[in-house]
Amino acid sequence: MLLIRCPYCEEERPELEFRNAGEAHIARSTNIAGESDDDFEKFFFIRSNPKGVIYERWRHMHGCARFFNAVRDTVTDKFIMTYKAGEPKPAKLPGASK
Amino acid sequence: MKKYSVFAIAREAMRGHKGWEEQWSSPEPKKEYDVIIVGAGGHGLATAYYLATVHGITNVAVLEKGWLGGGNTGRNTTIIRSNYLYDESAGIYDHALKLWDGLSQELNYNVMYSARGVMMLAHNVHDIQVLKRHVHANRLNGIDNEWLTPEQAKEFCPPLNISKDARYPVVGAALQRRGGTARHDAVAWGYARGASARGVHIIQNCEVTGVKRAANGAVTGVDTTRGFIGAKKVGVVAAGHSSVIMNMAGVRMPLESYPLQALVSEPVKPVVPCVIMSNTVHAYISQSDKGELVIGAGTDQYVSYSQTGGLHILQHTLDAICEMFPIFTRMKMLRSWGGIVDVTPDRSPILAKTPVKGLYVNCGWGTGGFKATPGSGHVFAHTIAKDDPHPINAPFTIERFRTGRLIDEAAAAAVAH
Repeated sequence: MLLIRCPYCEEERPELEFRNAGEAHIARSTNIAGESDDDFEKFFFIRSNPKGVIYERWRHMHGCARFFNAVRDTVTDKFIMTYKAGEPKPAKLPGASK
Repeated sequence: MKKYSVFAIAREAMRGHKGWEEQWSSPEPKKEYDVIIVGAGGHGLATAYYLATVHGITNVAVLEKGWLGGGNTGRNTTIIRSNYLYDESAGIYDHALKLWDGLSQELNYNVMYSARGVMMLAHNVHDIQVLKRHVHANRLNGIDNEWLTPEQAKEFCPPLNISKDARYPVVGAALQRRGGTARHDAVAWGYARGASARGVHIIQNCEVTGVKRAANGAVTGVDTTRGFIGAKKVGVVAAGHSSVIMNMAGVRMPLESYPLQALVSEPVKPVVPCVIMSNTVHAYISQSDKGELVIGAGTDQYVSYSQTGGLHILQHTLDAICEMFPIFTRMKMLRSWGGIVDVTPDRSPILAKTPVKGLYVNCGWGTGGFKATPGSGHVFAHTIAKDDPHPINAPFTIERFRTGRLIDEAAAAAVAH
């Protein structure tokens, strides 16, 4: 089971308190009815599914109930960092060489 | 290829078993092939086998980053059934089921297909409605599936707990008698042996690291850990890693990869005569011929390539198993493991041509690909050989996620995913 740090509660809590909410930083169009089929497919169905660093959303369901974002390695399942919803995608990851 | 038979066993018994030959050869990769299959699991090897036997294309390489059948082919719970809701799914899964019947004879290799019946349990009114809808839809498609009362279910599977005060009471069941199990490793080995005998190269420990394309976009071959290997046709059959390979060719996929776990108990005498599944409590169980109870759990909730999973997922499954089968509460579990399954948004597979010329993909089988192995390989070989899908896999395109013409087994929820 993963240990996940909620950036609101500022605590590491067991995975059972959380629900994964899929890939992060996929913005819904402000004019969804006007989206082309191609763009809608990208928004709705296409996922990066990386083997390595993933940016994903979690919800602290049985805690503060808030959504937040996390950076995790999908090979080791280790979290690199978590940050609050609405904050930009981190340009530099802690511990990254570049 | 020397044929296996009772005479061969007798002959080898007389001479100390010195005459058995290797089941498949391990040649050095050539510079170029007509077709490269990425992934030597059941689906990939079946594809190569049918390319050779049905379409006469034998200049084929199957590239495998690890060992043959060491991915999800060797990690699944070996359940075979075709009781899916939609016509398209019924078509492809029943095509496979028909091939399972007789596969051992065709391959001259005992895949131990056993039509012992797959029973899906209903625990509430909603389950009854969903399962009965499946029973009717299946019968309209010519697929056997029948409704059982709890007493009939108990008669078919004596260890089942149908008491009314069970935590998950059994209020009925749907039974597909042609469903059952097979020996997963033997499926990979049998197809590998058959393909190798016809000239297909099976190259293990050869990881694909890139997909090369010409200026006009067409595929020219793949980079591997053993150098560049050319081919004008490349079929990607890489299960959990399919999107990784497709990304190398510049194609982004509607896929997400999740760990899926299974576990087996200590071996005991025959006690579970069929396969029992429960979608509501998410557990499925059967007994292998070695006597182990084979138990399937659910996926983890997050994308991962770790081939492991959370312990609480197994615990949840065992809770359900112990409620349904109180006699197993003191059974010891021997080992558990995980595989990485690639899941599409509608929980139906993709077997199709891609936007890239010469690139074909067979993926997205999610948590239930083993049962489809022969049918999947058969129609995918057709797709590659003819550069055009077989009518059975024609609906399973990538484009369905743009057009919206989904095959929504996810919503149909007959499948455990």
